[in-house]
Amino acid sequence: MSISIFVIAEHLEGTLADMTFEMLGKARQLADEHGGMVTAVLAGYNVAQLAEQLGAADALILIEDELLAEFAPQPYQDVISGLIRERAPGLVMVGSTSMGLDLAAALATTLNVPMLSSCIDLSVEDDAYVVTSQLYGGKIMMETAVTAGTAIAQILPGAFRAEDGQRAGTPTLEEIPPGLHPENFRMRFENFIKPEAGDIDITQAPILVSVGRGIQTQENIALAEELAEALGGSVSSSRPIVDQDWLPVTRQVGKSGMSVKPRLYLALGISGAPEHVEGMKNADLIVAVNTDPDAPIFSVAHYGVVADIFDVMPALEERLGERVS
Amino acid sequence: MNGTDIGRSTLIGMPPWAIVLFYVLTAAALAIFTWGIVRLVRKYRMGRRAAGRRPAASELLRTFFRAIGNVTVLRDDLYAGIAHLLVLSGFVVLFIGTLIVLVDRDILRFVLPSLVFWEGDFYLGFSTFMDVFGVILLAGLLMLAVRRAFSRLPQLDYRHSFREEVSRRSMAAGDWVFLGLIFFIVIGGFALEAVRLVAVRPEFEVWSPVGWWASDILRSAGMDAGEASSWYPVFWWTHSAASLAFVAYVPWSKAVHMLLAYVSLAWKDETQNASLPAPPENEAGGYTAPTDLTWLELVGLDACIRCGRCHVRCPSSLAGMPLSPRDVILELRNHANNTLLHLRGNGNGLHRMTGDVIPEQTLWSCISCSNCATHCPVGINHVPLMVQMRRALVSDGSVDEQLQQTLVNLQRCGNAMGQSDRMRAKWTKELPFKIRDARREDVEYLWFVGDNASYDPRVQGYTRITAKLFEAAGLDFGILYEAERNAGNDVRRVGEEGLFEMLAEKNIRAFAKSRFRTIVTTDPHSYNTLKNEYPAFGAEYPVIHYTELLAALIENGHLLPVRRVGGRVTYQDPCYLARYNGLENTPRTLLDYAGVELVEMKRRGRDAWCCGAGGGRLWMEDIPAKDERPAEQRIREAAALDGVDTIVTACPKDLVMFTDAIKNVGLEGKFFVRDIAHYVWEAIEQPIPEHLEKEA
Amino acid sequence: MNILVILKQVPDLVEELEINDDGTDLDRTWMRYIPSEYDEHALEQAILLKEEHGGTVTALCLRIGEVDDTLFTAAARGADRLVRIEGDFEGISSRDAAAVYADHIRRGNYDLVLTGVQAHDDLNGPVGARLAAQLEIPYVGVVSGMHLDPETGVIHLHKEYPGGLLTVIRTELPAVVGIQSAVKPPRYVPIAKIRQASKSAEIGEETAEPQSLTPGYTVRRVFKPEGGGRAEIIDGAPEDIAARLVSIFSEHGLVR
Repeated sequence: MSISIFVIAEHLEGTLADMTFEMLGKARQLADEHGGMVTAVLAGYNVAQLAEQLGAADALILIEDELLAEFAPQPYQDVISGLIRERAPGLVMVGSTSMGLDLAAALATTLNVPMLSSCIDLSVEDDAYVVTSQLYGGKIMMETAVTAGTAIAQILPGAFRAEDGQRAGTPTLEEIPPGLHPENFRMRFENFIKPEAGDIDITQAPILVSVGRGIQTQENIALAEELAEALGGSVSSSRPIVDQDWLPVTRQVGKSGMSVKPRLYLALGISGAPEHVEGMKNADLIVAVNTDPDAPIFSVAHYGVVADIFDVMPALEERLGERVS
Repeated sequence: MNGTDIGRSTLIGMPPWAIVLFYVLTAAALAIFTWGIVRLVRKYRMGRRAAGRRPAASELLRTFFRAIGNVTVLRDDLYAGIAHLLVLSGFVVLFIGTLIVLVDRDILRFVLPSLVFWEGDFYLGFSTFMDVFGVILLAGLLMLAVRRAFSRLPQLDYRHSFREEVSRRSMAAGDWVFLGLIFFIVIGGFALEAVRLVAVRPEFEVWSPVGWWASDILRSAGMDAGEASSWYPVFWWTHSAASLAFVAYVPWSKAVHMLLAYVSLAWKDETQNASLPAPPENEAGGYTAPTDLTWLELVGLDACIRCGRCHVRCPSSLAGMPLSPRDVILELRNHANNTLLHLRGNGNGLHRMTGDVIPEQTLWSCISCSNCATHCPVGINHVPLMVQMRRALVSDGSVDEQLQQTLVNLQRCGNAMGQSDRMRAKWTKELPFKIRDARREDVEYLWFVGDNASYDPRVQGYTRITAKLFEAAGLDFGILYEAERNAGNDVRRVGEEGLFEMLAEKNIRAFAKSRFRTIVTTDPHSYNTLKNEYPAFGAEYPVIHYTELLAALIENGHLLPVRRVGGRVTYQDPCYLARYNGLENTPRTLLDYAGVELVEMKRRGRDAWCCGAGGGRLWMEDIPAKDERPAEQRIREAAALDGVDTIVTACPKDLVMFTDAIKNVGLEGKFFVRDIAHYVWEAIEQPIPEHLEKEA
Repeated sequence: MNILVILKQVPDLVEELEINDDGTDLDRTWMRYIPSEYDEHALEQAILLKEEHGGTVTALCLRIGEVDDTLFTAAARGADRLVRIEGDFEGISSRDAAAVYADHIRRGNYDLVLTGVQAHDDLNGPVGARLAAQLEIPYVGVVSGMHLDPETGVIHLHKEYPGGLLTVIRTELPAVVGIQSAVKPPRYVPIAKIRQASKSAEIGEETAEPQSLTPGYTVRRVFKPEGGGRAEIIDGAPEDIAARLVSIFSEHGLVR
């Protein structure tokens, strides 16, 4: 079967999101293996210059309009659903991201096509797209096959490697008119609210000591800070810690936080919910400490320690101290 | 005055206007006293009329003698107790003496002169008796004054535990006023007597030895009879005015405890801590305003003389958490006075009682160990008060995230850990035998295992040892498997009454479906609620603790200790066994049977020091503490005992807390915590299987 | 201001999930259901809006497992109307569920529908997005804050992006909003209040036949991820663990 995949590119503040490359990389691989075509779809305003980063795609469909400058669900749905209806690709890849979560299911409903979420793997077998979805908090995998017509797959961030999709070169560019009907839109983007700057950038830290619920109290975060200092790294966390206001949102790793790729990710008392894992699974070395031997974090970690973090932290710090002195 | 007759007149040589003035002043003092009492009673009547205990006449009498005998004051502080006993007995005797004079001089003399008795031998004996008790009273006051002025006792440290800005200077001044006023009255009495005996000196008055001796001094200092006579009215008026002032002062000061402590003690419901009272029938289902308190609780607030015994025995207070039972009582008293006396209505005014007057962190700091209530000499029950206020917080949804998660877990899965109820009996899988399902087979003993012993890997090893001991004894026992729910003891103390009732109902339904004779629990907390609180919900079964059952099994020969295990250990009295239910000796007997040498800690039995887990504290986020936490303090205390390397527990929560505390104080590998079952098992010479030993 | 909150029952992940014999679905025989965590945030947000602006909050549940407790809890939190839709809904997809909800909403008079941004069993994507598309009204998901202007019928939604970045999207009502988290975390509801609600609150009952359109895909296999994962487990006393970890760090050139 000759495959035809549309990848809906994501960009924020003039930069393509990693998600875009992750999807493109996988699409490219499938097209290379099975023959066929990968088309990137880029909707926005003044984004044409991003085209040169999309070399992994064979073709690029560019739709530009002032109303598409920043993401708001209705205008994006409007242009993309029209496009899909007209071109009828075999598979449309959308990120399981803030943008994609608003888009994919709506497209599927409007177009009345199948849509599969939480996709962590994708293959082509016997003339069918085979989608593996990770559901139930990562406890159950569901493998589904789509045979006919167009299908939409919502891809989990981190499922595929972004490097595979980062190819220079500009694909064949096709610019199409947006054909928007603004009178129909009952929503519009208003403005950004940016987090307070001034905190460290955890995406740049080579070593992250990351704490989860297991840290128990705000005071204990100081212990992680000490350890991070001994390792020459920074402290990050999972969402509950930020929700408790124990650390600023800039330290949060995961779906609604940062995606990080440090050389070492030391997960302390983090159970490893899928929303967290997608933000750190690409770290070079992952070491997890958790009292629960069944914690999902151990399935992404390279090394696991089933122990109380309050035992391991001081011992580790002491050991590191010995090496220095 | 007739010098040959033994006796004397009062109000001698006073002009009629002075006599009238005296009676007017007396009337005024009594009026102020009565007004003060009426005002208090009115306040108490604004309290809730809870279905309380009505003490029988015999109990009232018994409490009277206990109060007169100073039992509750002597119990925990010998020095203060003796001093207080001296003051109290002196005060009572002098008070009765004054009454006698009053009856004889002011009533009988006019009404039935033939019955006048304050003369002759009685007068002499009376004089001596009064003098002696005056000295006793002074001695007691002196002891108290010395203690207050020179000792640095922590219970006398008035610094506020959760409102640092509050100055307690006026409070400390009030203490001195109380002490000083009595001192002044007694000294003044002796001075008056001395001046009188300088003025007129009948020989029989040597029976007033102190007055006689003092008059000798005055005479040798050069005072003659004429001078004394002119001074006499001054002394008389001073003494009389001070005494009348004191009468008026009583209901307006801490002196009122002499009346209220008795009421508080007599009506005290001793079972109320082990079996908490029902919530008030208001919207919050808890205490939100002073009118929610029962009249007895309001009396208790006023009875508090801030002796600080609770303050120095509260583990949370000593760990530097924002709680002191004393300060809670004093703040509540203030608030009740500010609102009930002045505003009327329940007028919480600008401040909510629960949350503002008593901050949430203060309420959540309580570990329900009841060390405060157990030692309160005036019979205040702090724990129910704390829980009633917590109920109001829970009703508002004001619980911390960790506690909220735990409560949701308990709703959904019936255990605090949030694990599947179907996994409750998973710990039995590693046993070489199957424990019977009490829901399907008749058993003699229903073993109520509890959450920690069932789910916590740190405890499960011991749970299995206990199972093996039961099995080795041939005990006819079973468990409820997934039908068991958290018993709810701590849920109730958190203030989640509805959830407690739900859990209790579920357990009681499971009990009803099963056939058994006796419930045996692992957890002292379960033990307490099953034994003391479930009967009110219709579940009346005999409930025993596993230490009791093990002791019985040894005593009737079903388990045979054949080996002296040896070693020196100390034993941790669980609050809910020792303090709440008086179970102190049985666990110690077990250690004796096992041939283990027991070295006692100073604080044991009803004085035991809590591990800090109770009242749901185990389930909450840590509250910042200025000092070491209770469990860590306890481990240090235990480890300081000569040659002791193990603390033995009979409570899974102790085991969990101490396991952590040992790490925190850096004694891991040097000091150990073990469940008592371990020693029994070793004593019956069943080698502990390796995998169990490893877990244990 | 009439707000509808959709409370979805999802399997309780505390329980071990079982897979059916032919390996194409979960075995739902013994399944225990709880309301989806995101939906509880949606409810809390609805109550917060009501507290601020007045109006009514309706809580809606499809009958999946035991839902009355979920509804009574919603009432105890402050929901004014409770609706339970009866039907054969176990294992229903978000697509088919959206059709049932849409039907209810068309018959009602709602200004705002709040749902959780997703549920852990949404194979067919978030129900809110599907619902809005069916009703052809606006949808914004991943929302963690909002500002409602009841005068103009406009709501300003704070949509979350990674790293704490938010965008504000102005949306006209009626609309469907997918809640990531309420402005304040859901409060605890004491059992006494739930019990009270179960006595005083009434659950309106409706019936619906879920449509059974072909899904357009086939489920080939349902399985659990490899147990234990790939982590190499390090055992021993804390000191030994620390020593081993430091040597691993050293191998990776992370420490000198």
